[in-house]
Amino acid sequence: MAKTLYDKIWDAHVVHEAEDGTCLLYIDRHLVHEVTSPQAFEGLRMAGRRVRHPEATTAVPDHNVPTDLDRAKGIKDEESRIQVEALRQNAKDFGIEIFDVADIRQGIVHIIGPEQGLTQPGMTIVCGDSHTATHGAFGALAHGIGTSEVEHVLATQTLIQKKSKNMKVEVTGTLPTGVTAKDITLSVIGETGTAGGTGHVIEYCGEAIRALSMEGRMTVCNMAIEGGARAGLIAPDQKTFAYLKGRPHAPKGDDWDKAMAYWATLFSDEGATYDRVLTLDAAKIAPVVTWGTSPEDVLPITATVPHPEDFADKGKQAAARRALDYMGLTPGMRLSDIEIDTVFIGSCTNGRIEDLREVARVMEGHKVKAGLRAMIVPGSGLVRKQAEEEGIARKLIEAGFDWRMAGCSMCLGMNPDQLAPGERCASTSNRNFEGRQGYKGRTHLMSPAMAAAAAITGRLTDVREIA
Amino acid sequence: MDKFTKLTGVAAPLPQINVDTDMIIPKQFLKTIKRTGLGVSLFSEMRYDSDGRENPDFVLNKPAYRDAKILVAGENFGCGSSREHAPWAILDFGIRCVIAPSFADIFYNNCFKNGILPIVLPQEEVDKLMDDAERGANAIVTVDLESQTITGPDGGSIGFEVDPFRKHCLLNGLDDIGLTMEKADAIADFEAKRATRTPWLAGA
Repeated sequence: MAKTLYDKIWDAHVVHEAEDGTCLLYIDRHLVHEVTSPQAFEGLRMAGRRVRHPEATTAVPDHNVPTDLDRAKGIKDEESRIQVEALRQNAKDFGIEIFDVADIRQGIVHIIGPEQGLTQPGMTIVCGDSHTATHGAFGALAHGIGTSEVEHVLATQTLIQKKSKNMKVEVTGTLPTGVTAKDITLSVIGETGTAGGTGHVIEYCGEAIRALSMEGRMTVCNMAIEGGARAGLIAPDQKTFAYLKGRPHAPKGDDWDKAMAYWATLFSDEGATYDRVLTLDAAKIAPVVTWGTSPEDVLPITATVPHPEDFADKGKQAAARRALDYMGLTPGMRLSDIEIDTVFIGSCTNGRIEDLREVARVMEGHKVKAGLRAMIVPGSGLVRKQAEEEGIARKLIEAGFDWRMAGCSMCLGMNPDQLAPGERCASTSNRNFEGRQGYKGRTHLMSPAMAAAAAITGRLTDVREIA
Repeated sequence: MDKFTKLTGVAAPLPQINVDTDMIIPKQFLKTIKRTGLGVSLFSEMRYDSDGRENPDFVLNKPAYRDAKILVAGENFGCGSSREHAPWAILDFGIRCVIAPSFADIFYNNCFKNGILPIVLPQEEVDKLMDDAERGANAIVTVDLESQTITGPDGGSIGFEVDPFRKHCLLNGLDDIGLTMEKADAIADFEAKRATRTPWLAGA
């Protein structure tokens, strides 16, 4: 029977299936960070359990870490410090590799997985973080789990799961100039809503997806969760293999050849069926921004702020009224008239080298508008180093950006990088929830190119007018 | 994990769609290394003003709902992050059942790991329960997991669906890890086969 890519990876990992379809699924890779793991390790200790496969487990502090240049001196916030120290101690006690704060390889967990070659096609990958979907860009089945499940995976290297449904998102044609992977993934959420993918694994395919770089594909899969899907997938191809080859944890020698032979089988068969299919024409996707407090509140930059009455559903009308009030916006105003205070470039969605290159390209010959706060937080120490070696960092600093150390930073504001009440931010991150980037902070999600354009003008801006 | 058998208590109405995990428990409370003590911070940004004073309009601050055991909410409840701090905060507040037309996957799953029963009902049933819940202390609701029924204050009852395995675990307060450990041989067999089939993954 014809199988989807999801079916193939799933079938290859079923350890046990009960009569009611509940499966024990084997997990190949487990990524661990400081926020969702302390209680899991504590649980192991209390039950006298060990980590079944420390070598399949990698730890990194990212959510809490300050991004100041002098952070090696220590974390001032006591609770954050304790959490990072707990991760360090747990990694040591249970024999897990850790990329600690002072390690150049430290960074956002979903950036360093691919960077280190920990993420490979056909794997099952989990992490106590919903943006684990990112790793699906390599044709790995990757999703976020809660802390109880983190403990379960640490102890047994398996998860209790029921199979999700298959959903196909096909993006046909070619993206217009100025439109990026972020615009694709936001536009998909705009179409499906934030619950549209619930209960499904999304496979992204089509010409426009194939044309994306590995980093662009990661941006697309990263936000599968904002569309409600726990995992996003893209079948691996030559780009995937070229990206992986030679990375520290990638297979070597004979293993590489064997792995390549297996990876070449990882695609959806001709005639495989999906429970749901969505098709988008890339040519019709515009640079988009969010106006509200849900990632589904997406509109092209050329549009105006909607009226609550524009929505058919009563629940959505109420949500829109609440969002407009929270965001301080008036229905009917042009999105491009919304003035911003802050620009945040970074996160597991858009903190990779190509994102920084794109910002540098748009900023060419321009400066950050006077009075704006503009920060760039590279996704990892290695991304930061590469940007410095390529001369991008110098250009961005000269343009007026604050050039910081790697971490999750203002994407969720667990460290000191936060918005003040009422502060409005053009952000390359993934969530615009109330309070997400700081208490009463206001977030507009967009691509790195669009965030750079906003940095130049001080308002939400169509990047096509600039570069 | 505490067993969940039958729950009787006040149901609090939260008629809002897309209640996300940042609303349920904002990031500043994720720095704990414990599972307990988060109840006071549940819905923090809606429940308190910037000076930490209670917002009297928020449902859980109203006298009738301060001891609510059930929450009735709009669709896509729990969307957002994987933080288990969200169900921990709900549990620590004293709520052990959330009823909504739909839930986000990770949150839904996390509930069962903590002895919380998330119930999916059609919108019109949720609307009816929401009306009941608006009546506060006069609206005592009983959720019976064994018989899979919800009984409202008017005596009428409605059924709900729940996965049999999850029901079994909740009714008996079973620890997943212990159950999986019983399948240690199956895991070891799988690992042996995996070492031949995908040798590059063994010890990777």
